[in-house]
Amino acid sequence: MTFSPELEAKFAKLLTIYPEGRQRSAIVPMLLYAQDEVGAVTTELIEEVAKRVGVQPLTVDETVGYYSMLHRRPMGRYHVQVCTNISCLLVGGEQLYDHAKKKLGIGNKEVTPDGLFSLEEVECMGACSWAPAVEINYDFHHFVTPEKLDKLIDDIRRARVS
Amino acid sequence: MPLYNEPSPLEVKVLSRRFGMANSASIDTYLATDGYAAIRKALEMTPEQIIDEVKASALRGRGGAGFPTGMKWSFVPRNSPKPKYVICNADESEPGTCKDRLLMEYDPHQLIEGMMICGRAIGSNAGYIYIRGEYRYLIEIMDRAIDEAYGRGFLGDNALGSGWKFDVRTHSGAGAYECGEESALLDSLEGKRGIPRLKPPFPAVVGAWSCPTVVNNVESYSAVPFIIRDGGAAFAALGTPKNGGTRLFCLSGHVNKPGVYELPMGFNLLRMIDEVGGGIPGGKKLKAVIPGGSSCPVLKADECDLAMDFDTVAKAKSMLGSGGVIVMDEDTCMVKAMLRIMRFYAHESCGWCIPCREGTTWLRKVLTRMHDGAGVRGDIDLMYDVARNMLGRTFCALGDAAAMPMMSFVEKFRDEFEAHLDGRPCPYEHAHELAAV
Repeated sequence: MTFSPELEAKFAKLLTIYPEGRQRSAIVPMLLYAQDEVGAVTTELIEEVAKRVGVQPLTVDETVGYYSMLHRRPMGRYHVQVCTNISCLLVGGEQLYDHAKKKLGIGNKEVTPDGLFSLEEVECMGACSWAPAVEINYDFHHFVTPEKLDKLIDDIRRARVS
Repeated sequence: MPLYNEPSPLEVKVLSRRFGMANSASIDTYLATDGYAAIRKALEMTPEQIIDEVKASALRGRGGAGFPTGMKWSFVPRNSPKPKYVICNADESEPGTCKDRLLMEYDPHQLIEGMMICGRAIGSNAGYIYIRGEYRYLIEIMDRAIDEAYGRGFLGDNALGSGWKFDVRTHSGAGAYECGEESALLDSLEGKRGIPRLKPPFPAVVGAWSCPTVVNNVESYSAVPFIIRDGGAAFAALGTPKNGGTRLFCLSGHVNKPGVYELPMGFNLLRMIDEVGGGIPGGKKLKAVIPGGSSCPVLKADECDLAMDFDTVAKAKSMLGSGGVIVMDEDTCMVKAMLRIMRFYAHESCGWCIPCREGTTWLRKVLTRMHDGAGVRGDIDLMYDVARNMLGRTFCALGDAAAMPMMSFVEKFRDEFEAHLDGRPCPYEHAHELAAV
């Protein structure tokens, strides 16, 4: 597989930072960084990562199902993650998640037909004191109201159209 | 950089003193405010002296267990011919906890320096910061800080010109609460599923890549530069006996001013809610508090007049845990709160041992049907029994983390579980609907 020069540089660094002979340690970060570029953890990607760290593809494959951020199917270009865990729940996280479902017209881990958005009800993301919280890809949004979420989504849509 | 919440005048800013300073994450700001003075001092000390200073500080692990940090370091066999590793647990995932984020965002060099001092104390040449995957922006901030430290010669083959080699690297997780458990974290760092290991041997003897390893929380390492610079006694004096220093408390839930506040160990919980957190919105009454992240037994309102340190909260049969103080007002449905907490543990159970995997899943199912009004009378004791049988019977603390709140919710709020029986709808959702009309 060919990757962008930026991703190749990340891979090259990852293969040097662990003790000699322990390059298997790079599997999970490599999969996550590559997923950002490729869109999903595909069979081809698993084989590529296995080749680069020097293990069997099965060794890579068995880690994938364990980590909730790794997806075998492509998510949307913008992955909207709404937390409904206890701190967010107490201040409207559940209503926010219901609102997100209606706004995007999709359910948990589903993708909009245009591939622009996907939605996920996530566990605690470490924003409890500024709840309810939403993470879109890797960007945190705090004290999110349904109106604020609408604006975030509309702004992304508008930016894509113009 | 703007802060996430206004500071409180009651704060005692030791670890958070650079929060909100201009370019607080840069090495120049750090150097201008005593940065890297502690490691210079540590380089003149023997490993024993460093460990004694940390022991004298009464610093206890900030990840949740509260184990004395200096003692943890002393367990590493320094004469072992194997390499030794300094691992930072930045997998912050305990519901209610959001402090390590700030320590890395605003003061990454403080963390690096703390890890270096640990490295010096245990005879290590390499440190890794395991950061949860969702914190991508913090991995970038830490990587920039690490690059700066290499650039100035603080890290590398000849750290600070001392002839001692010390490297620090970041490692990204990819979404798994269980990887905050130190032995599961090590498996994850090694490129595997994050499954807890059988202990003993403890990581101090057999840790990362089967080598002696110290695993500490971000906040624990971040306290170390102050301890070495100003002395363990100065840190200890900030807190209560055997509970040295300050704590970054994460106030969340029903308070007017939620936020992360650095307060002395032993700060009164009711004062924290009223004076730091500005009280409960709408003038409502306090019903309950989970004092240290979702795995801690719940405290009823009348149990909350207590000093927030490890020993006092333990005496109240709960835990100070990770510092996540979750406040619940009188209109909170405790069955629903418990259900959401159990959904989390059922989702995050790694499945390695049966009491946790099956217990959390069945408790989630029973709680779901009870909250939906389809519970039967025997369910309440059934849930308590299942939880009691999980407790202490799993490889790691995740099973306990699910069982302890479950048992405390039943013990203290049995009436609320009973109010959901006989096909009655949740009384609180009904109240919310009426309020909305």
